[in-house]
Amino acid sequence: MSRPSPSRNPFIPLAVIALVVAGSAAAFAYTAGWLSPQRLTPTKVVAALAPPGGPALGHRRNHAKGICFTGEFQSNGNGAALSTAQVFTPGTYPVLGRFNLATPNPNAADATVRVRGMGLQITTPDGDVWRSAMIDAPVFAVSTPQAFYELLQSAPKGAEAMKAFIGRHPEFTAFAGWAGTAPWTSSYAEDPFNGLNSFLFTDSAGTSRAVRWSLRPEATPVPIAPDELAKRGPNYLEQEIAQRVAGAPQRWTMVVTVAEPGDNTADPSKAWPQGRRTVEVGTLVVKQVEAEANGPCRDINFDPAILPRGIRVSDDPFPAARSAAYARSYDQRTAESKYYPRTPVTGGAKP
Amino acid sequence: MTRTRFTGVQRLIHWTMAVGIVAMLFIGVGMISTIAPDYVPLITLHRTLGAALFLLVLVRICVRLFQGAPPLPASLPPVMRLGAKLSHWALYGLMIVMPLLGWGMMSAAAYPVVLFGGIRLPPILPQSDALHTLLWAAHRWLAFAFFALILLHLAAALFHALVRRDGVFEAMAPLPRRDNEAA
Ligand code: HEM
Ligand code: HEM
Ligand code: HEM
Repeated sequence: MSRPSPSRNPFIPLAVIALVVAGSAAAFAYTAGWLSPQRLTPTKVVAALAPPGGPALGHRRNHAKGICFTGEFQSNGNGAALSTAQVFTPGTYPVLGRFNLATPNPNAADATVRVRGMGLQITTPDGDVWRSAMIDAPVFAVSTPQAFYELLQSAPKGAEAMKAFIGRHPEFTAFAGWAGTAPWTSSYAEDPFNGLNSFLFTDSAGTSRAVRWSLRPEATPVPIAPDELAKRGPNYLEQEIAQRVAGAPQRWTMVVTVAEPGDNTADPSKAWPQGRRTVEVGTLVVKQVEAEANGPCRDINFDPAILPRGIRVSDDPFPAARSAAYARSYDQRTAESKYYPRTPVTGGAKP
Repeated sequence: MTRTRFTGVQRLIHWTMAVGIVAMLFIGVGMISTIAPDYVPLITLHRTLGAALFLLVLVRICVRLFQGAPPLPASLPPVMRLGAKLSHWALYGLMIVMPLLGWGMMSAAAYPVVLFGGIRLPPILPQSDALHTLLWAAHRWLAFAFFALILLHLAAALFHALVRRDGVFEAMAPLPRRDNEAA
């Protein structure tokens, strides 16, 4: 047998080994972003959401004030023409959701928060889960996740910084116009909730179409001035929706809008032109409202990239960015649950 | 006759898994540090490849139990022998535990575990913030330990190949070396 004897001068082989190991470690560090401090990571985006005093521990890093609901989605079957997802076959499917305010402060007074949101989860018997987080604005504030990060950095710096921001991101004016002029309501039940991001629906023939969805309230909106809303108390919206749903289930119609070729499907700050095909696919029925602290929506991440078969992400960059950021927020807040007791401190819960 | 090399099946699985595991570690740290559109396919790939590697390590262990391993060279000092044994045990342990931690932590967070091709894995744990936090930290820190151990394993393999030249590397080398054919 001619096995070679151990080499006499091990210096060169040892140097080779050291190089291979160091090179692998460097490649790993590079992939992890440790060598590129300018990379926009989910951790950075989530940190930028925090108010000056730091985040509210145990709570969502954005849309922190909210209340849970359960109910059902009554599908009328119309959506089956667009997507094979089981949720669009006629039937009734369980729903879990959350009404919320777009603020990192879980104690913000209702009348101080312009944007309202809804987190929604629909589950179907085939095991699929569809999650979505929608807001009442008809367009999003910015065109890209990077611009959203810039907005988060500019807003606290005052009017000059915001002016410069709008100069760089003129798309912001559509959202600002809505925020300045759209009437407020005194009930979540009177607000629409828009998905804003586009997704691809795939039908049974395999054809994919870009769509956006919205929930239109059945209740008629009654406008109210913000200072009138303020007079009703800082937590009026939660009290109102709990009472209202206890009185009768509240409904929203889910409408799917289909893009036409040439429509900008990658930019949620641009509404699609009027006259696009819309399909009413069913009704959301909210039947019960529960406090968040020990409610079923508390530890749910309404990650917009959690989709049933038959729905996929499109060329819209937001769902991926949101999915990454929401996971980070979720990791952090669930690790801090001791700061947010499950039984509300002020709830006066008695055995 | 004692074998001096792992069997073809063992070598095939070893190298397939080596590529897969290293890819998993890079995908893992890459995906959680980006908000780019790649995030969605990367995390789906992470879950899918992780599940596939879990099945593969189970097969691998069966094959190992049936086919054994060639003996380490008699010239190997006892400390290195022990180091080889312990590190191989640790590598097997991590190959089993990492996918279970990933799957468990997603279950504890009530995330649906969706793989490529629309395959759904059932939850293996009830929803729990405490469990999620524990498993998430374990998945993260054991991933770094895993990578460090692989670097050590790689360095040791190259040390056998280039410095000691004692046939240990050849035992797992994907292709036989000409001067080893006699085995
Ligand atoms: C890149 C842009 C965005 C970032 C970084 C971001 C960030 C976040 C974060 C960190 C949370 C908390 C998640 C959790 O802990 O569960 C959140 C919640 C929420 N976001 Fe966003 N968001 C973005 C865009 C949007 C858009 C476009 C919409 C509306 C279409 C939206 C609507 C909501 C709603 C409704 C919630 C509350 C969901 C719930 O009830 O749990 N966000 N956002
Ligand atoms: C990246 C380059 C790698 C090289 C050069 C390499 C090389 C080797 C060699 C030469 C052996 C045989 C040791 C012996 O004779 O007992 C071996 C065994 C082994 N390798 Fe690797 N390996 C690599 C990567 C990996 C990776 C990523 C893993 C994944 C965990 C791994 C897991 C193992 C295990 C568990 C054994 C022990 C096999 C047994 O005794 O059943 N290796 N490797
Ligand atoms: C060989 C198996 C696996 C390896 C080596 C591995 C490795 C990694 C690494 C390195 C990270 C990044 C950790 C960090 O830097 O924070 C990660 C994150 C993650 N892994 Fe795995 N993983 C494996 C299997 C799985 C499986 C099977 C699943 C799910 C079914 C999974 C789900 C996840 C998730 C969800 C994250 C993101 C965690 C977060 O929110 O930060 N992993 N993994």
